[in-house]
Amino acid sequence: MTKLRGTGFAAVNYPTGMHLGGDPTQSLVHATTSGNFVVTMSSVDLGQGLKTILAQIAAEALGVPYETVIVDTGDTDTGPHCTGTFASRTTHRAGNAVIMAATEARKAMLEVAAEKLEVSVEDLETDGQGNIHVVGVEEKSISVAETAGAAHFELGKTISGRGIYLKPPSPMDPDTGESDPDSTQAHACTVADVEVDTETGDVQVLGIKSAYEVGQQVNPELVKGQIVGGAWMGIGHTLQETTAPYYPAIDHAPKDFQSYMMPGAADMCEVECEVLEIASRNGPFGAKGVGEMVTNSPIPAIVNAINNALGVRITQIPVTPEVILRALDEKAANSA
Amino acid sequence: MASKIVNMRVNGRDEALVVSSLTTLQDVLRDKLDYTSVKDGCSQGGCGSCSVIIDGELRLSCLTPVQEVHGSEVTTLEGLNQSNSITALQSQFIEKYAAQCGFCTPGMMVAIKALLDKNPSPSRDEISEALAGNICRCTGYLPIIEAVESVVAEMSGAAGD
Repeated sequence: MTKLRGTGFAAVNYPTGMHLGGDPTQSLVHATTSGNFVVTMSSVDLGQGLKTILAQIAAEALGVPYETVIVDTGDTDTGPHCTGTFASRTTHRAGNAVIMAATEARKAMLEVAAEKLEVSVEDLETDGQGNIHVVGVEEKSISVAETAGAAHFELGKTISGRGIYLKPPSPMDPDTGESDPDSTQAHACTVADVEVDTETGDVQVLGIKSAYEVGQQVNPELVKGQIVGGAWMGIGHTLQETTAPYYPAIDHAPKDFQSYMMPGAADMCEVECEVLEIASRNGPFGAKGVGEMVTNSPIPAIVNAINNALGVRITQIPVTPEVILRALDEKAANSA
Repeated sequence: MASKIVNMRVNGRDEALVVSSLTTLQDVLRDKLDYTSVKDGCSQGGCGSCSVIIDGELRLSCLTPVQEVHGSEVTTLEGLNQSNSITALQSQFIEKYAAQCGFCTPGMMVAIKALLDKNPSPSRDEISEALAGNICRCTGYLPIIEAVESVVAEMSGAAGD
């Protein structure tokens, strides 16, 4: 029995979003009577933290405390339209839509505050702590809560805003094949170290080190969470997971968690990551999105590390023990 | 199918239930007793999201016929609310971002509690091993393992329970 070690790397370019037949996300923002803001979306938080970052983005654009923003993604039947949470698009699309809606709501809020303070809108600024005051005259101020109350009960105005981000359709040029399919490009490079058992074909991933360029991070801890989770998912897809192990034949497809095996906690390796921030021109506050990319770069890096360890050229996933042992047999046959 | 009366103590409360023979403990806990921290991920012992503690042992409620726990003491995550270690664990789950979608979290916490009850100072390998039956699709496990390590560090020297 020999255990061989190898190192591999892979670099990826990751497009944020798709154009589909026109790819929109909408947002509605309104103030409650108490001066909280509700951001209504149909974009779905899968656990990646979308609601958190949309609240951050809305708070920043409104100029109010994060704690006073409620993101409601309750119902895709009744909410403003969103194409969906996929293609790593939601930070970009929904974030931009929220900025647009929040900007309109901020304008409405300042108009009410201006009326109450008897000043012009241009002279007002927010302190981000729940107050609106005259520029340079902090004592001439009104709270956001009081402003919202006045809008509702004295002035008969709404404090609300509408937002949409649309990636327009971009049909392919029939002559050149050109199109504009995505909105912005994120980038990554992953280096993987593995140890392969040449008798059993078992692979242990020893370490995954990555650099991700994701534009401006809205929430670094959530970005890190995506990267670590994606590394694990990359290990699973590289070594174990498939719904068609003998594709294109569909035989032996796994039917449950006894046969669709995912890596467990003990299969996880250390993950190191560096995050680079190069702002996107069209992203919300320069954000691009993380999402799927964090699984895309570990997969080829791990396969390359296996190839490096064994001196073979495997180009398919998953690299199961069977695939490894067949590759080693082929290598032995070729060298005989 | 024949029905039986099953007596058990769930989260400190005596329960008497009339159940058909092959009803799972999971179904009883979720649907009859409303302990919805007991998740139904796969119904076949593959994911760990339905983990509970039966007489001190970590068990999968989906693979446990309820009549087998007659006379036993069953603890779900709801029943762990008052213990020091679970409060510390909840704080560390938040601190380390150890939950994303959150579906696996109750089962993870029960499995970790069962580990810490038997081994208050587990090594990193022992923590990973103890979580072998629990699948998390989001976090890559590392934040969960780090949360447990922090709890262990916090509680060494402090009074446990």
